[in-house]
Amino acid sequence: MKANYGYLDGSGEYFITIDTDLCIDCKDRGCVDGCPGGLFEIIVDDYDDEVAAIKEDKRKKIKYDCASCKPASDRPPLPCVNACTPGAITHSW
Amino acid sequence: MMSDDKKEFWRWKEYNWRDENKDWKGAELISAGVDVGSVSSQAVILVDGELYAYSNMRTGSDSPNSARNAMNWALEDTGMTYDDLHYVVGTGYGRVNVPFANRAITEIACHARGGNLMYGPTVRTILDMGGQDCKAIRCDERGKVQNFLMNDKCAAGTGRGMEVFADLLSIPIEEVGDLSLEVDEEPPPVSSTCVVFAKSEASSLLREGWSKKRVLAAYCSAMAHRVVSLLERVGVEKDFAITGGIAKNSGVITRLTKELNLEALKSKYDTQIAGALGAALFAKTLMEKQRKSA
Repeated sequence: MKANYGYLDGSGEYFITIDTDLCIDCKDRGCVDGCPGGLFEIIVDDYDDEVAAIKEDKRKKIKYDCASCKPASDRPPLPCVNACTPGAITHSW
Repeated sequence: MMSDDKKEFWRWKEYNWRDENKDWKGAELISAGVDVGSVSSQAVILVDGELYAYSNMRTGSDSPNSARNAMNWALEDTGMTYDDLHYVVGTGYGRVNVPFANRAITEIACHARGGNLMYGPTVRTILDMGGQDCKAIRCDERGKVQNFLMNDKCAAGTGRGMEVFADLLSIPIEEVGDLSLEVDEEPPPVSSTCVVFAKSEASSLLREGWSKKRVLAAYCSAMAHRVVSLLERVGVEKDFAITGGIAKNSGVITRLTKELNLEALKSKYDTQIAGALGAALFAKTLMEKQRKSA
């Protein structure tokens, strides 16, 4: 399942997409410690699989929480994307 | 002098239903789902996997009470009690506060599951237009979620936004959709960024001499446009279906399907019970699983 966490508002679309089908077999869970903002957590989803998700209280402010990893120029690779070994994480902005 | 009894144009009709021809007493499995949404609450009871009773009412300020009220109303005149329910799943905004639920499951999974039963296994894209959020869900032939997108940051494009407009224009909410279609020419949409901006823009348009129907058309158009952009993000695959209260608003649905160039499936079920129905189906599966492992 592709789970899109985030929102769309007047200024644009801010979504972090997690492909949970890739998450299920991941042993590293690198996203949890790899994100400096602590946005990720491991949950048991509705189909009883252990997958990564964005914490409930972070979902409506990811534009701001992710800002420190997204400088306007010379943007380095995102730490969460780097830490995710199965390649399940993408950002929309 | 001002009258104290201000008519609430936003207030939609609450109701319950039960299948009088069905006898539940010999049933092997009675499962139930309770969807405590931000605006409305529904309770659905399935007897051996078939719809037996449901209720649909406004959510109050207290989630546990809203869940109890919805379930009590669904149980009314059935002779059934809480003890007869083998498994209950809570869903929706208040799902963790359903005191009699055995488990809580997100409304995204429940809408996909409920939509699968309501519209058949060919449905691949479900748009749930809820009270205070909007969800675009892609699912497989079993009603399992493949991709979803939820927008709950703003009330524009949701049922609550429509209620605000019904009140502003003093038009009963059930008539809003049909009236919005009675315009000779489609007006440009109002702001879809925020319902507060849209409301102040609508007030200005009324002062400029726009008719109420034209303002409604502009709002329905804005709402349709907003959810189309949400749907396009997850990708729309046939068959397409709409659940939630706004599915009953012909003004939004007509404009939405026109913009998507895709017809929405029709169902014999009430579109507002999709979440609770999905929860009741999950309850049935979970109870069967529990019995097997016992």
